[in-house]
Amino acid sequence: MKTLVIAEHDNQQLKPATLNTLAAAAKLNQPIDVFVAGANCGAVVSQAQAASGVTEVIVADSDYLAHQLPEDIAPIIQANIGDYTHVLAPATTTGKNLLPRVAALLDVQAISDIQNILDANTFERPIYAGNVIATVESSDSIKVMTVRTTSFDPVAATGGTASTRNLDAGSTSGLAEFVSEELAQSDRPELTAANIVISGGRGLGNGENFELLYQLADKLNGAVGASRAAVDAGFVPNDMQVGQTGKIVAPDLYIAAGISGAIQHLAGMKESKIIVAINKDEDAPIFQVADYGLVADLFDVIPELTSKL
Amino acid sequence: MKILVPIKRVVDYNVKVRPTSDGTDVDITNAKMSINPFCEIAVEEAVRLKEQGVATEVIVVSIGDAKCHEQLRAAMALGADRAIHVDAATNLEPLAIAKCLKALVDKESPEIVLLGKQSIDGDNNQTGQMLAALWNVGQGTFASEVKIVDGAAHVTREIDGGLQTLKLKLPAVITTDLRLNEPRYAKLPHIMKAKKKPLDTLTIDELGIDGATRVKLVKTAPPAQRQAGIKVPDVDTLIEKLKNEAKVIA
Repeated sequence: MKTLVIAEHDNQQLKPATLNTLAAAAKLNQPIDVFVAGANCGAVVSQAQAASGVTEVIVADSDYLAHQLPEDIAPIIQANIGDYTHVLAPATTTGKNLLPRVAALLDVQAISDIQNILDANTFERPIYAGNVIATVESSDSIKVMTVRTTSFDPVAATGGTASTRNLDAGSTSGLAEFVSEELAQSDRPELTAANIVISGGRGLGNGENFELLYQLADKLNGAVGASRAAVDAGFVPNDMQVGQTGKIVAPDLYIAAGISGAIQHLAGMKESKIIVAINKDEDAPIFQVADYGLVADLFDVIPELTSKL
Repeated sequence: MKILVPIKRVVDYNVKVRPTSDGTDVDITNAKMSINPFCEIAVEEAVRLKEQGVATEVIVVSIGDAKCHEQLRAAMALGADRAIHVDAATNLEPLAIAKCLKALVDKESPEIVLLGKQSIDGDNNQTGQMLAALWNVGQGTFASEVKIVDGAAHVTREIDGGLQTLKLKLPAVITTDLRLNEPRYAKLPHIMKAKKKPLDTLTIDELGIDGATRVKLVKTAPPAQRQAGIKVPDVDTLIEKLKNEAKVIA
C-alpha cells in the first residue's frame, strides 16, 4: 500500500506541479515515493528528496531518458510497480501523455484530472468542460491518475529527507525519437503557477496590443494568458491558451480583458479566487462569473490601471 | 498506407450540459449530437494525407450504439473511404475502447491510427495513449503538425512550454490538437455519395472484448457556483476593491 508520484522536471529543475501532486498523494495517507526518470538529473533527485512527505526517490537515470518519452518510461514503471496501489502525475501535457500508457500496460482504467480525493478508491473530476463534477469509484487494484494541480496546494519544497534507490534503466524501445524542441521564452512567472494572470481575447484586436497586457503583468508580477479566439487569430502562441483544451489556472487574481467568456474558456479559469472582467459588451457571459466587472473599453482601462498601480 | 480514424459521437460543443436532477448522470436527452471536434480534425488530417498521395485508404470507426452511423456517414462525406461500426454500449471506458481498436488494428493492419486528443464529454485524454501501449507502437499526442517522411512520422506536438518534434517509427498512433488543421465542410454531392460507401457493423463480442466498467460513476453534481459579483464604475473603484476588499494586490 504505497503511492508513487511521477516527478515532472527538465533534468535540472523539479517542476512545481510535482509539489501539488504530492499534496494530493498525501490525502491517501500511505507512504509516498517519487519516481524520477531522466538523464543527468541528480539535481532533480535532490529536490525530490527535500520535498515534504516523500519516503523514497526512485531514480532511472540514463542518456536515452533525456526527453522522457512515454514509450521508454511507461515500461520502467510497469516493471517496478511492486506494491504501489496508486500512481499519480500532474495533469500537465507530460502527465497526460504518459499516464494512460502506464495504465494500459497495467491493464487498469486511468482516471484523469482528479480535483478531490474522497477515499482510496473514490475521486472527483470535472467532465463536460467542467459543467459537471463527477464522483467516480474505481474497482481496479491500482489507481493510475492525473491530478489537477490547481485543486491542491503544494507541499513544502524543503525539509524532507527521503532516501534514494537507483533502478536499472534498461534501454530504449526505439519506437520514438526526439528531434527538436521550441520553447517560448518568457521572464514572467509560469502561467499555471502565477498568483496573478491577465488574459486577453479577441477584443485585443491584434498581437501588438498584447503589449498593454504585458505592461500590466510586469507591474503586478503576473503572467499573461489568452483565450482560444486570440490564439486562433494568431495574436499569441498557443501555449498561452487558458481553457478546456489549453491550460487550467486558478490564480488569486484573474483579469479577463476583451474575453466574452465561452464555456471552453471558463473551464480553464473559473476556480480563480477573484475574477475581474473588462469588456465593452455589458451582456458578455464573463460578467456572470466575475467578482468585479468594468464595462469599458480595455484600451482606455488597461493603461489607466497600469499607471495607477 | 491505410489510416484508421476512430471518431466519437458526443454532445455538440455548444450545448451546456447539466447533471440530472437525481445526480446520477448527465442530462443529454434531446441534446444535439455531433462528431467530437478533435475527431473531426483527425478525419480532416487523414483525408489531407490521402490527397497528398501518402495514404491510400481512410477507414473511420466508431464504437457505440447504431446512432453513430450518422457521424460515420458525416466522416465519409468529408472523404473517408469506408466505415466500421462496433456495436457496444455508449459509455465504454477508454481502456475498453482502446482494446476494441487494438482488435481492429489486428484485422485491418493500418500504418497510422489518428485520433482526437480527447472527447469533450468525458474529457479523459486517454484512448490514443492506451492504444499505443496495447499495440506497442510510438505515440505522437497533441499533434499540431504531421509529416510522413521516408516511412516515419514526424510529429510536432503542443507541450506546456511550446512545441516538441518527434520522429515515430511506423506503425504509430497520433492524436490531434486543435491547431493541426481546419476541418472542411461536407458538400451536398459528397453527402449523397457517402450514403453509398460501405459501412460494416461488428459487435464488441465478436472482437472478444470485455466492456465491463472499472470506474463507476457514483454521482454527478453541478460545479460550485460563484457568488454574484458587482460592476464597478471606474478604474479607481476597481483598484480600491482589489486592494481593500479582495486583498489580492498590495
